[in-house]
Amino acid sequence: MAGFWQSITGRSRPKQADLDALFLVPSAAITLQTAAGLMPTGTGSVCYRAARGAGFADTQTDVLELIRGAADAPRVDLTSDEFGFTWLTVHREPDDTGGLCTDLHAVNTTLELEGFGPSLLCSTVPFEDSAGRRVALVYLYKQASFYPFAPGAGQRRDTLLELQVGETLAAEIPVEKDKSRWLALWGAPGL
Amino acid sequence: MARSRFVGDKGLTARMTLVMFLLGGLFVVLVVGLASAVGGGLGIVIGLAGIGIAVYQWSRSDKIAMRAMGAREVTPEQAPELHGMIDRLCALADMPKPRVGIADTHVPNAFATGRSPDRAVVCVTTGILQVLTAEELEGVLAHELSHVAHRDVLVMTVASSAGIAAGMLTQGAQYGGLGLLGGRRDNNNGLPVWLVVLVVSLVVYAVSFVLLRLLSRYREMSADRAGAYLTMNPGALASALQKITGEMNTIPERDLRQVSAASALCIAPAIRGVSLRTLSSTHPSLEKRLEQLARIQAELGRPTV
Repeated sequence: MAGFWQSITGRSRPKQADLDALFLVPSAAITLQTAAGLMPTGTGSVCYRAARGAGFADTQTDVLELIRGAADAPRVDLTSDEFGFTWLTVHREPDDTGGLCTDLHAVNTTLELEGFGPSLLCSTVPFEDSAGRRVALVYLYKQASFYPFAPGAGQRRDTLLELQVGETLAAEIPVEKDKSRWLALWGAPGL
Repeated sequence: MARSRFVGDKGLTARMTLVMFLLGGLFVVLVVGLASAVGGGLGIVIGLAGIGIAVYQWSRSDKIAMRAMGAREVTPEQAPELHGMIDRLCALADMPKPRVGIADTHVPNAFATGRSPDRAVVCVTTGILQVLTAEELEGVLAHELSHVAHRDVLVMTVASSAGIAAGMLTQGAQYGGLGLLGGRRDNNNGLPVWLVVLVVSLVVYAVSFVLLRLLSRYREMSADRAGAYLTMNPGALASALQKITGEMNTIPERDLRQVSAASALCIAPAIRGVSLRTLSSTHPSLEKRLEQLARIQAELGRPTV
């Protein structure tokens, strides 16, 4: 009924992000390590659209201060991609996936508190196996689901590895069922 | 409590609801008017025919509009940047990804069509790809995706069913189709039945024409608003609109007439309004659109406290 009314009046509201599922990543990391030999790389990124104006700039400064101000402050970088999205990357020790997720969650909650929840696109936590193959666990904020993205050689995805990771984690985290939403993220930090 | 940077526009919603209510009323007027002139059965048949044609147009809207604009569907391999942009916007908005089309014309324009969000097509012209920067193009795509999310094709076709039925009757009079009714002359008021039918349908058609244009302008404002919130960058859409409307006026007349059929769903009207511009234009004036985008920009940019 709400959807019908939104269509009739043409007043869709910006979709809010779902943040809590991000805390499922540490246990998924352990499963990937034991079942697939994929080790966390110690980095993790939040990808969002920076809104124009002072409001967002202030919020982003607050986020950086918040993470850099902690006692065991990790390294944080900001990069922007060719689609106009900003990537905030946190570097921690490879075995500290819990701390990494707490940092990423701090970014999300700060953005959401200031009204920028709708600008969150995804979060990525990259893993690597002994052969050097990389795969990122991508969390989609709006769908509240995860999917694996494995860049292969020459802009081709390693579909087999992606499906394997998806299968391994299916019981533990909500894996995105609609494969057309398994967005390619070429050149994402840490991949 | 998280704050919201979403500013509603109650006035717009109220005006839009009123116009849709009036269009529904118009449909009733047409059916009742015909029923009292020529008998209940025929009035209802004509009403149903109007709805039937509207539903047919709606279900075929993607093919009709794509053909009218001479557009072809493109795969992610053929247009990777365009697909990448739409992929990201759809992930941000949590909506299914529409098909993507490109039309080979120099008129800078974009349109969205299709019967439902699952079967929608978003189409841009090669002209718009040349004129706009990536950021501006994204603003335009977000505007078109908002049309899809609001189901504007459905709303506009249903809203036009009274006009379609009335238009049919007027056309019928032109080809003598209403002569069939001539035999059943009702002399209570001295007027021939066909004249009553013709007058009723002409009035309904004229009123529905104005109301539909009004509704279309409100839907455009809504799509601008939703698109600006999606990209978080109202300024990019504003500069795209300025560029497109500026370019539109310098395009040769022949091209403009060629693309007029699909203009109701385009980002900027492809036909130039001549007189009665404010009444008959399908798109709101540039100033109004820029004003709304500036308001959204101000709210998004409001400093934190």
